[in-house]
Amino acid sequence: MASATTAEPRMLSETIQEKIRAYFPRYPDKRAVCLPALHIVHEHFRCVPLQAMAEIAELLEIAPADVHDTMSFYGFFPQAPIGDVRVWICRSISCAIRGGDEMVDYACQKMRVAPGGTTIDGKLTVEFAECLGICDHAPAALADDGRIFGPLDKAGVDAMLNELQRGPKPAE
Amino acid sequence: MAKFEPVLTRLWDVPDGHTLKVYEARGGYQAARKALKMTPEAVVQVVKDSELRGRGGAGFPTGLKWTFLPKGRKETFMCVNGDESEPATFNNRILIEKDPHQFIEGIAISCFATQARVAYVYLRFEYINAFRIMEKAIAEARAAGHLGKNIYGSGFDLEIYCHRGAGAYICGEETGLIESLEGKRGWPRIKPPFPAIEGAFRKPTVVNNVETLCCVPHIVERGADWFKSIGPPKSYGPKLYTVSGHVEKQVCVELPMGVTTNELVREHCGGVWKGRQGKAAVPGGISMGLLSAAEFDVPLDFEAIRTTGCLGLGTAAVTIIDDQTPIVDVLYNTARFFAHESCGQCTPCREGTGWMYKTIKRIKAGGGRLEDLDVFANIADNLGISPGTTICGLADGAAWPFKNALAKFRPELEDYIRTHQSAAKVTPLQEQVTRGERPALFDPPPAGARPALTTTRK
Ligand SMILES: Cc1cc2nc3c(=O)[nH]c(=O)nc-3n(C[C@H](O)[C@H](O)[C@H](O)COP(=O)(O)O)c2cc1C
Ligand code: SF4
Ligand code: FES
Repeated sequence: MASATTAEPRMLSETIQEKIRAYFPRYPDKRAVCLPALHIVHEHFRCVPLQAMAEIAELLEIAPADVHDTMSFYGFFPQAPIGDVRVWICRSISCAIRGGDEMVDYACQKMRVAPGGTTIDGKLTVEFAECLGICDHAPAALADDGRIFGPLDKAGVDAMLNELQRGPKPAE
Repeated sequence: MAKFEPVLTRLWDVPDGHTLKVYEARGGYQAARKALKMTPEAVVQVVKDSELRGRGGAGFPTGLKWTFLPKGRKETFMCVNGDESEPATFNNRILIEKDPHQFIEGIAISCFATQARVAYVYLRFEYINAFRIMEKAIAEARAAGHLGKNIYGSGFDLEIYCHRGAGAYICGEETGLIESLEGKRGWPRIKPPFPAIEGAFRKPTVVNNVETLCCVPHIVERGADWFKSIGPPKSYGPKLYTVSGHVEKQVCVELPMGVTTNELVREHCGGVWKGRQGKAAVPGGISMGLLSAAEFDVPLDFEAIRTTGCLGLGTAAVTIIDDQTPIVDVLYNTARFFAHESCGQCTPCREGTGWMYKTIKRIKAGGGRLEDLDVFANIADNLGISPGTTICGLADGAAWPFKNALAKFRPELEDYIRTHQSAAKVTPLQEQVTRGERPALFDPPPAGARPALTTTRK
């Protein structure tokens, strides 16, 4: 029988919890820290597992279902880990009429994944996106470390994938 | 007319224009100092006199919006709309990346005018670099006393916080944004109450676009008359146009409102790409509809654009579409976008956008019927806040490209349907049912025995 005094194992370390709590004074209501907390957890684990969701809920004093409800509404938070680098290729109007859809298909074929999938070596996740707000580069792509690519053609996609497979850009 | 002098973009080409040092050296934060010596009411009045209209899409007069805040309120919030997800729009991103202090000064003056002591800048998460630049700039401004407690000894306190989104177009809608800020799913609220009365955390709230607030320091500095000396009546002040799609050079330029599509393409983008002709254009983000080539000389301002049947100026994001692109492809893309981004709260929007997408997908795949166009017209007329069947304007945005395309490109659409028929798409059973014949379930006529359904009709 487990002893009652053992602390429950925690997924979110004290540092992460501290980071989340640091956002509390910014808002009149703790629930508003939901998105910032999800971002913090996602940055750390590159996904938001169920257990982390429950612990966020505990910190914000809301129900785990509330955190899940918010999280699942947005396209950003995966529940299983993604690749070391995540890249979005735009398929909205200005990119699409310059070949955006073909670039999504081509990149996915090349990496042997379906859109949203991660390569077997865990290096790269390739997704489509609606307008990324970088239409001056259309057809454009954005990596989750902030790197912007485009205007893309097939050769451009090749070069981009090569670069991204080398890993995320080191933080400044 | 005097030569137009860009103001919003004046630091874009200056080295280190994004730093506080350069910004201050060029007279930065003088407008804030000036405003904080005035009364809040006086600042609101200047903005009202300038007739500045919101740059976020709806074009609502900014000063007027600020006067809707209840008198004697205890707490006010400012939410800056930096969600910028309307396809082909990217001016907010460059404004923040290139000149964050102009933006912060705009926020500070606007917060003083509306007596908001906390401003949340809702930034879409895709603006990774803009977010980093903003965080740095806020810290810089705070250290220099432009933010924080008792700014310039005026007794006014202000904190600015960046709040990152998570990839949902609908969080650009002001009440969707507020819900999202509060940590919920970004479902737009039923109005009234409008945010000015009951917004973020149930307190009076101002929601303004990034570009709108960037205009404010210049209005305070140079006066309302200066602002009104730029552009045509009812569309005063400088405006950032973003042009992308089938042009040689995709750009963001600052111009007085009232420039035409042709002028943008010829003078700023090096012409339509590959020496082709333009066939259509999106005037201000895809929610606004479609212009035909014949309308490329219509001024792009808040008023004139409506004569074309488009919804409005929107975000002034122009996408040029060349003469080799079928309009069906454009509609396919817009329908897919709205079906993907509908928040699912209102049935007409959720089902309507999905229905439009499925139908246009079938047409594109070679299974179109001429009646589909009438179905589009019917759906488009019945969804949105104009017919009063939905909570927010996303549905209107979904309807408008279809409405405009049917009015301006119907012959092309009909032609497309007639000439893009893959026989395999209509099953014999479907043929019989549509013809009103008794279906012979167990012995269908061989495929191809009759001409395909839609090609036989005129
Ligand atoms: C579906 C939808 C999406 C919108 N997206 C944005 C947006 O991304 N950015 C923005 O500033 N306004 C957007 N708006 C307009 C806002 O609701 C609001 O009118 C605007 O932020 C007000 O600011 P302004 O008066 O300064 O223009 C959107 C509206 C709708 C209906
Ligand atoms: S109109 Fe569409 S996007 Fe807007 S609230 Fe209704 S379902 Fe959501
Ligand atoms: S349309 Fe692709 S980035 Fe805007």
